Amino acid sequence: MTEAYNLPTEDGHFGPYGGIFVAETLMPAITELNEAYQKYIEDSEFQAELDADLQHYVGRPSPLYHAERWSRELGGAQIYLKREDLNHTGAHKVNNTVGQALLAKRMGKTRIIAETGAGQHGVATATVAARLGLECVVYMGAVDVERQALNVYRMKLLGATVVPVHSGSRTLKDALNEALRDWVTHIDNTFYIIGTVAGPHPYPAMVRDFQTVIGREAKQQLNEMTGRLPDALVACVGGGSNAIGLFYPFINNESVKMYGVEAAGDGVDTGRHSAPLCAGRPGVLHGNRTYLMADDDGEIIETHSISAGLDYPGVGPEHAWLKDSGRAQYVNITDDEALEGFHSLTKLEGIIPALESSHAMAYTIKLAPTLPKDSIIITNLSGRGDKDMHTIAKREGIKV
Amino acid sequence: MSRLQQKFEQLKHSGRKALIPFITAGDPTPEFTVPMLHAMVEAGADVIELGVPFSDPMADGPVIQRASERALKHHTGLRKVLQLAQEFRQTDSDTPLVLMGYLNPIEIMGYEAFADAVHAAEVDGVLTVDLPPEESSECITLLKQRHIDQIFLLAPNSNATRVQKMDQVGSGYLYYVSLKGVTGAGHLDTADVEQKLAMIKQHTTLPVGVGFGVKDAETAKTIARIADGVVVGSALIAKIEANLDSPDTAKQEIIDLLSSMRQAMDS
Repeated sequence: MTEAYNLPTEDGHFGPYGGIFVAETLMPAITELNEAYQKYIEDSEFQAELDADLQHYVGRPSPLYHAERWSRELGGAQIYLKREDLNHTGAHKVNNTVGQALLAKRMGKTRIIAETGAGQHGVATATVAARLGLECVVYMGAVDVERQALNVYRMKLLGATVVPVHSGSRTLKDALNEALRDWVTHIDNTFYIIGTVAGPHPYPAMVRDFQTVIGREAKQQLNEMTGRLPDALVACVGGGSNAIGLFYPFINNESVKMYGVEAAGDGVDTGRHSAPLCAGRPGVLHGNRTYLMADDDGEIIETHSISAGLDYPGVGPEHAWLKDSGRAQYVNITDDEALEGFHSLTKLEGIIPALESSHAMAYTIKLAPTLPKDSIIITNLSGRGDKDMHTIAKREGIKV
Repeated sequence: MSRLQQKFEQLKHSGRKALIPFITAGDPTPEFTVPMLHAMVEAGADVIELGVPFSDPMADGPVIQRASERALKHHTGLRKVLQLAQEFRQTDSDTPLVLMGYLNPIEIMGYEAFADAVHAAEVDGVLTVDLPPEESSECITLLKQRHIDQIFLLAPNSNATRVQKMDQVGSGYLYYVSLKGVTGAGHLDTADVEQKLAMIKQHTTLPVGVGFGVKDAETAKTIARIADGVVVGSALIAKIEANLDSPDTAKQEIIDLLSSMRQAMDS
């Protein structure tokens, strides 16, 4: 990759990936969205409003924290954590919902819909909808409604309607299907806030652009603290929004290695996992071409992960391209390893990470000791773990 | 001339409109499908749309979603559907058959292998819900080489430019989705459909079928007055769903509904 990276193409392609694969009824809405997005991303007034919201409402910049004790214990690279867990609502998801909600307002849409897995994106959407006085409907797989009850309650408090989805595997992918069905039915007044870098163009590029604040800040902060670039970046990948947010500003810095961490569930060999980049194949789902978990008939395979936010059979198309081009590497972490990562960071740094982020922590535990002590890893701490207390306690046989 | 073109020409000459039933292959079982297709032809179907079950049918309402789920329980994926189509063709060389489904099964099979398989099964057309013209050139080229029609959808919010685009890339017929939403939802607004069809007809010479919201003989008759074809899907599948313990009853009720539509359309 010698030339400056400038994907996607105008029609939304990252090499063979991405694109617009939707039913005809959605085409006018997607065209309308793309035009609005292209217009406002260049608009200084829009950007100023977005920056102000990120600073005063979200609480940015989020700190870049040198986890000295953890680094010392692991005995290798110096680990810096990008503290997205300290954002308002507790995860990186709000960076994107603030941006898309401002866009919705400018487009004159009065109704917001969203899909959610762990509930973080749903909460972040309900939050901005409450603030802007927009009607908000969140689709959530029935399985996730159960395992993320706390977030369901938060969304309801914020005034959102949470619709449990009982079709298919009753997880994130089915919530996305249902949100698309809602959108096609209420296309005139509704803005669909997709929570990850998937979906038809312009979503993968747009969500990325709203999330790159993570990487831009981290790059500047590390430079101020150490005067240099990191050697490696680590982030968990479900759909891949926090990972692309961290990676993107470093894509043209070839010395910086990038590791995307997928959820291996019970182990990639068992088939019970959510790791399409590590063990899937290219196909088309939810409006874009990307790596997917599909059987020989092209039916989508049910995924598994302890973390609801990573329990998705696809991945953002830009990650598919970064994998094929070799710019980023994609690895995987099992449920058990993620729990080790969770406990390790909690005990040694006093920071309780979300189960999604715990996958990135677990890979950092593997990676750090292989690198010299003067090397630097930035690991994205994409969300806090409060929402996962019940899941973890239950798994460890503790009654809360 | 393709079997679809031929059929629409014949209908035009005899002053009739096409009755186009849709069922999901393999629902409720794979054994049900081929006899049902023949029975639908007997009851007056001119063209048949056969749904390829998909795990994530994003453009379908609950009725067709559940049909897909039932079919997938018996592993009726794309390869099995092609077998069923071929079986149908062995004793019916006249009725055009269109496969309707989503893109991923085709992606996984590979476009060329898919085009070959469709050709071998003597299927006449392919309608892929999530493959808009912008992304379809590779698939269309392979299908055209084998004289297979690619059918495209038009929606209530499709403008003139869009219709022109479909006219250029599509063949066989165009399928106008009469309402914003998923399959099986809401009611038809006839005046609205009529106005929209007039616009569409200004920009295409292809026959236009209308679906989404056709529930009974009455709506079929109304649509037949203004369109070249009437597509009925969810209303038929509802019969299957209501008679899961008695497929024969389901079959008879589908035959009765189609016959009444045929009669109303021809009267």
